[in-house]
Amino acid sequence: MTGLFSEIFLSALLFGAVTAAVPLLLAGLGEQMSEKAGVLNIGIEGMMIAGAYVGFLVAFMSESLWLGFLGGAVAGMAVSSIMVLLCVRLGLNQIVIGIGLTLGLEGLTALLHHFQFSRTYPRLPAADVLAIPGLADIPVLGPALFQHNLLVYLSVALVFVMGFIYRRTQLGLNLQAAGDKPSALDIAGVDVVTTRTVAVLTTGALAGLGGAYLANVGAGIFVPFITNGAGFLGIVLAMLARGRPLWVLFGALLFGISLSLTTALQVAGINIPTDVIQMIPFLAVMVMLVIFGRKSSLPAALGLPYERGSR
Amino acid sequence: MEREVTTAGSAAPIIALEGVTKRFPGVVANDHVELAIWPGEVHVLLGENGAGKSTLIGLLSGLQQPDEGRILVDGKPTAITSPSHALSLGIGTVFQHTMLVPTLTVAENLLLGAPWWRRPRKDGLRTRVEEVSRSLGIKVNLDALASELSLGEQQHVEILRALLRDSRILILDESTSMLTPSGIEELGVLMRQLVGRGLAVVFITHKLKEAAAFGDRISVLKLGRKVGEIAPERFRALDEESLISEFVELMFGKRSGDPEDVVREPHPGISQAAPVLSVRALTRAPTSVSPGLSDITFDLRPGEILGIAGIDGNGQKQLADALSGQIATDDGSILLDGQPIEFLPVHARRDAGLRYLTDDRLGEGTVAPFPVSINFFLKQIGDRPFWRSGIERRAELDRRARALIAAFDIRTPSSETPVGRLSGGNIQKVLLARELADGAKVVIFNKPTYGLDLANALATRNRIREIAASGKGVLLISTDLEELLGLSDRIAVMAQGSVVGTVENSETARTEVGRLMVGLAA
Repeated sequence: MTGLFSEIFLSALLFGAVTAAVPLLLAGLGEQMSEKAGVLNIGIEGMMIAGAYVGFLVAFMSESLWLGFLGGAVAGMAVSSIMVLLCVRLGLNQIVIGIGLTLGLEGLTALLHHFQFSRTYPRLPAADVLAIPGLADIPVLGPALFQHNLLVYLSVALVFVMGFIYRRTQLGLNLQAAGDKPSALDIAGVDVVTTRTVAVLTTGALAGLGGAYLANVGAGIFVPFITNGAGFLGIVLAMLARGRPLWVLFGALLFGISLSLTTALQVAGINIPTDVIQMIPFLAVMVMLVIFGRKSSLPAALGLPYERGSR
Repeated sequence: MEREVTTAGSAAPIIALEGVTKRFPGVVANDHVELAIWPGEVHVLLGENGAGKSTLIGLLSGLQQPDEGRILVDGKPTAITSPSHALSLGIGTVFQHTMLVPTLTVAENLLLGAPWWRRPRKDGLRTRVEEVSRSLGIKVNLDALASELSLGEQQHVEILRALLRDSRILILDESTSMLTPSGIEELGVLMRQLVGRGLAVVFITHKLKEAAAFGDRISVLKLGRKVGEIAPERFRALDEESLISEFVELMFGKRSGDPEDVVREPHPGISQAAPVLSVRALTRAPTSVSPGLSDITFDLRPGEILGIAGIDGNGQKQLADALSGQIATDDGSILLDGQPIEFLPVHARRDAGLRYLTDDRLGEGTVAPFPVSINFFLKQIGDRPFWRSGIERRAELDRRARALIAAFDIRTPSSETPVGRLSGGNIQKVLLARELADGAKVVIFNKPTYGLDLANALATRNRIREIAASGKGVLLISTDLEELLGLSDRIAVMAQGSVVGTVENSETARTEVGRLMVGLAA
């Protein structure tokens, strides 16, 4: 059992936790924005897998990680524009369309990948790492937290940007009004559909970016169904965080640790069946839902299409 | 009621409607309406539920566009395309239902609508709000959450919002319906101040007295048409009594005194009959949200109307639910025609002749998306002759539904119309038609005229009287003391879940009931 508590093991565990947390964080922040504006974005899993596939493909072809990230974000946005058209503009059922998008894109990306690469799974080179001077030399924590790809730091910074937007800007007020009382926003002279469109497109971009990070940095490879429920975990995070970006970060790290544990425990050769180990993150979800689920207060107009003149 | 003479204002109306028509499926909501709104005037739009007032507001505030006719703003034909367009034209609206975001503070609500890239300017807002609110004599707490404010305070915020946006017209849609009497008076004072500054106020109401008290000019709407207008000169010349009788004539086409005055006719010979409903020591433990029932005992005789008075939330709803079997009781007995029914489920009590007209007409009384016809027979689903072997008999249902629609004068486009699309008064009639069918012995009414307009309220009261006259027992739960005094033979007063006193409806009943309601001995 000494392996479990060695410095290297702990360091690897935390490093893996951060790597696993970033896609969840991006998805959670994205979903949070949609939900704030009153759109329950179940399609986020589909947006992530589209981002993962396109992000990987672009990075593979162009040999540029950042073009890959950009491609992933654009792909996620493209998928979310379908959601915008059907759910925000035409007012169709958000849950049905969301499930449809997720299932459709999981299948589509698997199919395209098969056409392109047949049964080979090419790998990307390891992503560049930006070690933060000084902090990176701290034992255990240094290599675990401060030797990551630049996108990781940007994602954490985004948490605070989001917090600023929600609390301090006109845009934040508009988003909250669109979710809690869209008719009041409309009467104040702000278009509800436009506000929600902005929110859902942002969600798509963030989810796509998260997917691209998952494929390009986390795994270095694209395999069909690679997101494996990360988008859905993002929905859970957004619900538990009750509109607070910082809580999404904490939640994502918590899930990241449990995801990382599944790999670490397998590597450490603990004598537990892999199936049990792989259940850990989802057990964590259930525990968190039991503990905090009752307190989650969702926007009043969540999931309801806005129609002017109706109450 | 004193009314200061307003300045005549400028010669041109700010807004004029010419032949404006708006249709919805099955209804003409506005039919060639002509209307002019002048600065410096409170223009009252008076009409019953469904007269087309709300649609007119929707057209003016940019929520809807007219199908025919045109709207002139400052003499120019203008299509008001959206709420933001209406705002930029200087038309501010305070809707019947609050239009504030409950989770935002008052300040944030007032800031909604500024360009999105800008930082919210709370300091600038604070000085402007202080300026405007001081001159109007209203107080708002900018840092309170909108959901923490009373309805009157929320209305002040909405009026303030319209003023901060330099509105020239302020539309108040049924603004008094949620206010306390003192809140209504404050609103009246506020309206005077606004028109004193040269604004135009459009005040929508269905209450005659408010129209007479607050208006300068009155337009009366009826079934989507404007049926009359009283100009300020004539308005000032009339006293309140003659104004009200003029309104009544315009609205109902007949002249009468105050239509809410109910003349009670005593029912002779009630007291000798054996009670049709006897309630003995009915008890239910209180919960955190309701007062429960303690030791409720009363008798109801055939042909009698027993009123249940009390301030809302003192167990009246629990009593009705307990009698109809919708909630369980802990102790006590209920005898219908001498037979105990307290152990029977809801449908068996109904079959035995106990009928309940709930105050929650859409939530509990009907299934809103179902057609009117099915709603008539909700409690007989599966029974002959409307269903046979589980198969719906469409023709039989429709035939019977049409008969009920005619008999109860239900205004509906067809028997297939979802009941949720009808007005409150018509939904009440659907409930009446259903509950009075075959074999009713005792009818429980819970707030039967709540939310109804005058004509429907009067019709409902007449119906209640007829029911009692036909020998049924009526339990009338109401928070409207006038209604109880007008209809009941006896009035029991409930407080904290128990009956604190029962009063014969005589000359002195008003003070006795009033004293009981506020907790003083009769």
